[in-house]
Amino acid sequence: MKRISSFRRHRIAGPILVVAALFTIATAFGVASALPSAQMTVASGTSTLVSQGKEIFLRGCSSCHGLHAEGGGIAPSLIGVGSAAVDFQVGTGRMPMADMSQQAMQKKPLYNAQETAALAAYVASLAPGPAAVTNESLNYERDGNAAQGGTLFRTNCAMCHNFAGQGGALTNGKYAPSLMGVDPKYIYEAMVTGPQSMPKFTNATITPQEKLDIIKWIQSADHEQNLGGASLGRVGPVTEGLLGWVLGLGLLIGAAAWLAMKAK
Amino acid sequence: MSNQIERFQDPGLPEHVHRNADVDPRAAKRAEQQVAILFLLSAAGTVLTIASYIYVKSSTFVYLPVLGRTDLQQLLLGIGLTAATLFIGLGAIQWAKKLMPDEEVIAERHEFRSEEVDREELVSTFKERADASGIGRRSLIKRTLGLALGLVGLSPLVLLRDTGPMPGEYLNKTDWAAGTRLLRDPDGQPILASDIEVGAVTQVLPELPAGVERTLENTGKDAVLLLRLRPEDFNLDPERLSWTHEGIIAFSKICTHMGCAVALYEQQTHHLLCPCHQSTFDVTRAAKVIFGPAARPLPQLAITVDADGHLIAKQPFTVPVGPSFWERNSSNG
Repeated sequence: MKRISSFRRHRIAGPILVVAALFTIATAFGVASALPSAQMTVASGTSTLVSQGKEIFLRGCSSCHGLHAEGGGIAPSLIGVGSAAVDFQVGTGRMPMADMSQQAMQKKPLYNAQETAALAAYVASLAPGPAAVTNESLNYERDGNAAQGGTLFRTNCAMCHNFAGQGGALTNGKYAPSLMGVDPKYIYEAMVTGPQSMPKFTNATITPQEKLDIIKWIQSADHEQNLGGASLGRVGPVTEGLLGWVLGLGLLIGAAAWLAMKAK
Repeated sequence: MSNQIERFQDPGLPEHVHRNADVDPRAAKRAEQQVAILFLLSAAGTVLTIASYIYVKSSTFVYLPVLGRTDLQQLLLGIGLTAATLFIGLGAIQWAKKLMPDEEVIAERHEFRSEEVDREELVSTFKERADASGIGRRSLIKRTLGLALGLVGLSPLVLLRDTGPMPGEYLNKTDWAAGTRLLRDPDGQPILASDIEVGAVTQVLPELPAGVERTLENTGKDAVLLLRLRPEDFNLDPERLSWTHEGIIAFSKICTHMGCAVALYEQQTHHLLCPCHQSTFDVTRAAKVIFGPAARPLPQLAITVDADGHLIAKQPFTVPVGPSFWERNSSNG
């Protein structure tokens, strides 16, 4: 007893206690938040999926989007956005947001495919909206027309996403992301739902066939070989010029200095 | 004090320092070998260029660090051609620097003014020949020559006409008129008002009369952007509000600053951004400029629907679209 009480007054006892307490709380919190996922079972019917989705929604989304997905001061209403919007936002990791800065960034998804599907089913059950699609349902390789897609892309998409789909800047730190390496279904869902700054391109303005054309063009641009190796971001003359000036002029200056140097 | 400041004395050339190759035959031999190696590298570059053109298949891709997947033939051709030309130059410079004579040589300049006797001779020769040509006596020749020389200068002035004709009404008018249907770009389909959802954006061109071909020049001033907002988001005066249709609003896509296509639409903030110089227009306030160098809002196109529900223009643009030009009448915006 005497030993313990003497240790209690030791000068490092305080810091050790704080670290131990923090560790315990963090572990407990981690276990507690992991538990519901562990309990989750594969749903058999739609209603099970919806109720599962509602459970995830209440736990993970309702603090911003409201208990009934009606939206709030900081987040939009999700009534009528459809399962496509959920599949895009949650499937690409944009939602839940990591921070409330300029825009939701793509990151490692927090929810797995089954949980995302449950969330999508719940949001879709609130009001009709565009439905999520799968990569397999988009047979763009067979049905798409890359040339037509290129025309559509240059008219409707290139102003923000760059003429080669490399993305670009918007106002106040917002940006249009690069389209390279993006799953076809996410491109399709982004067009029908208009996530964040992006306007909607509904099936009335760009038909599903035209969407396949655009996806095929993006995929062919993505897989295009670079004859010269480094693509320099494919953003046109800015990087090429910068490299030319810095590297080329640097070499010329070096050559000029060598020319003028007296030989030993 | 003043007589202490003397004229600046020419210090002459510094003492010449000999190079290693000048004093040491072995160094000279080394320099000679270096030059020869550089020229041989150039020759190797030419061989590499021709060999890679013949023996390396086009579209053979290899992975290289930094560069990534690269076409091997293109890479070798580039390296070969660079070596072939660059090493000739490097060899020549090395040769000149190490082996060619480098003693300082003084080349005195002669006086710029000619000798007096030469000057007098020129004047007398000129007078003599002018007299012999008879230009002073034969006034007919003198006058016709003057006429011919004077007229020669006129023809370039006539060619200036080719910089015209003046644009006339071309910059003031677009193909939009009352009742012109809005067509989707690029497929040219008329647009039902009910097809445009809130948050949607559509690129639009005017329907042209039968037989009139769409030209790039005309597209450059006719292009229109069609947007749909919630009507309560608008902050427009009653006249401009009457130019919209149930939240659908149309603007010229041509920036009033330098004529770029303003089509970066942020559907949450309702801002239109020009990609060239970042002029930002607020759609809810009739494309008022809220940032950037543009001086005027984007011209708004008054729209309504026809009997079929297709969107049509109510009237032509009320102001010229696009950037300022010399003859632009800016009295009404």
